[in-house]
Order: sequence, then C-alpha cells, then structure tokens
Amino acid sequence: MEKRRKVKLLWGLFFTFFKISPVSFGGGYAMIPLLEDAVTKKNKWVKREDIADVLVVAQSVPGSIAVNTATFIGYRLVGIPGAIAATLGIITPTFIIIVALASLFLNFQHNPIVQTAFIGIRSAVIALIIFAALKIGKTAIFNKTTSIIACVALVIFLFVSIHPIFMLLVGGIVGILLNMKRLLDRKKTINNDKVENIQ
Amino acid sequence: MYWNLFLTFFRIGLVSFGGGYAMLPLIEYEVKSNNWLTTQQLTDAIAIAGMSPGPIATNSAVFVGYNVGGILGAIISAIAISFPSLIIVVLIALFVSKVKSNHSIISYVFYGLRPVITALIVYAAINFAIQNNIIQGISLIDVDWISIVFVFIALAMLLFTKLSPVIIIFLSGLAGIIVYY
Repeated sequence: MEKRRKVKLLWGLFFTFFKISPVSFGGGYAMIPLLEDAVTKKNKWVKREDIADVLVVAQSVPGSIAVNTATFIGYRLVGIPGAIAATLGIITPTFIIIVALASLFLNFQHNPIVQTAFIGIRSAVIALIIFAALKIGKTAIFNKTTSIIACVALVIFLFVSIHPIFMLLVGGIVGILLNMKRLLDRKKTINNDKVENIQ
Repeated sequence: MYWNLFLTFFRIGLVSFGGGYAMLPLIEYEVKSNNWLTTQQLTDAIAIAGMSPGPIATNSAVFVGYNVGGILGAIISAIAISFPSLIIVVLIALFVSKVKSNHSIISYVFYGLRPVITALIVYAAINFAIQNNIIQGISLIDVDWISIVFVFIALAMLLFTKLSPVIIIFLSGLAGIIVYY
C-alpha cells in the first residue's frame, strides 16, 4: 500500500473510533449499531455480511466487545499499525473523561454533599452489578449442569479465599471436560446404532 | 510501582471475559493486596467508571492507576488492561480466516466459563454490599434497610424502565443527598 494512503487510513481509523467512543455508555453493547454503521456504511471497511463474524471474535476473546471490534477491523485494514490506531482511537476519549472525573472526585470527595450523594450511588452500583449478573445469567445458566457449576463456584467464592483467575480457568476446563464426555457418548451411540443396523 | 500496576492490569486484561462487572472482584483482590484503595473507595471508583462512557473494567483500571500513580499511572493501567485483547485479536485475525462459531472448542470453554462468571458477578454484588456496611454477611442483624430499598428501586428501574445506567446513578446520588444530607 502506498505510504500516504496508509497514513490517511490510519488517521481515518483513529478518528472514526474516537468519535464513537464517548457515546459508549454502559459497556460496549450500546455502541454496536453505531460501530456497524461507521464501518459498513460511512466507510466501506467491512462487508455487511462479515460484521457478524467480527462480532463473534470480539465477544469470544477477553476484553470489551467494542474495543475488540475496533482492533479487529483496524488489523484487517492496515495490519498491526491499524490495530493499534483503532484501539487507541476507541480508548482515548473515555480515558480522558475518566481521568477528568477521577481528579474531580479526588478533589471533592470530602465535600459533605458529594459524600451523601455517593452513599446513594453505592446502592445503585450494587444494583448495576446484580443487573449484570442477571443479564449474563440468562445466557449462562440454562440447565442443571450449568446451575450446579454456578452454585458451586459462588460457594467457593464466598467461603474459600481463592484467586478468581484460578476459578475462571477451572470453569473453562470443566466446560471442555463435560463436553468431551458428551462427544464420546455421541460417538458411542452412533457406533451402537451401526451395530444394531447390521444385526 | 508502575511495573506492578502494569503487571496487575495486564493479568486482569488477559481474563476479562463476560463484560467488565465480572472483573470487579479481581480488581478488588489486587487493589487490596497492594493496598492501593479501600473497598469503599473502590466502590466510588466503580460508580464513576459506570457513569462514564467506555468499558467498566478499563475505566476502573484507569481510576485506580490515576489514584496510585497520577496521569502516568492511568496511562500505564489503560495500556496494560487493553494490551492482552489487542494481542489475542490480532493473533486470531492472523490465523483464523473464517470464524466458525458452532462446535468449536471455544463454545465448550464458555459452557463452563459463563456460569463461573455469573457466580463471580453475584459474589461481587454480595461482597460490595458487605464492604459498604449494607449487610454484615448472611445474618439480618445490622442491615442498612434504607440502602437495601435503594438497591431494589434501582434494580427495578434497570429491569423495567429503559433508563440508562448513567441516569440511574445520577438519580441515586440525588436520593442520597435528599435522605442523608
């Protein structure tokens, strides 16, 4: 790719995601329609039918879906510099906003009005966390096995001092093991069917 | 200290599946073992992270980093928590030309991982309620009923109205001023 075009594209990536970022309240999901619009319509970076694939990747890897989508598209267009430009574009505005709010808070946290406001806000934060649990619980817990995994994990979190990362690893491994058994079972029944058919 | 910030948030970035709220216990764990913030300060940090646009885990990381090491601390934390996803996304884009979502090993991993993430978030909610003196564990002694009522009102609003979390945080702040000031 010609160098000037490449630089122009990098700036384009940076500013496109820069502009979307400040409206991404409440995590990434709210901004998906905006993102889709920006990368398929305004800029013809990704084909409409490919965006679903991009979102699957963005959801399956760690990190925020919005940031991951930006990184993926940036990489597809200009390689690693593109991935970096897109990622920086999407995290810079929110970074500036949070630093500004943090410094404001640190200056005013001893103000009595601010303190009483935050007593109320603490309840809202807990409600937000419960809400997040309900939302992910709907897709995560759908049968006996998944409910048991969730309950056991919760008991361990509450009563055993264990690093959460370890439990996440265990969860992933248990998921694979359970499905391996299922796969083997399926193979067995297929074989049994064959045997019966022959007989 | 900066190196410690980087390592901590890099590690968290590496496992931040399931949206930011699942990462809160992790952030709390690290923040406490390093004596960076008290849990109450962390709750305030999360409130601010939730009020701002952007991913909640990244926002919390930036707040913690800023608190510990100023602007440089904030920049290091932001980069550290975003870096693992960047590497993983690039690797996937490099090796996987067409993504097959069905029957891949990823869906098996998530079968076991998602319930654990759910448990982790429920744990986060219980833990924050305890740390903020709203409940004292399982017993009903010394329960801060006003806060409990606030929690349920806020939850009902999240579930049954289309109000954005930002507005609910602002309203609860207003309610806090009215009740306690």
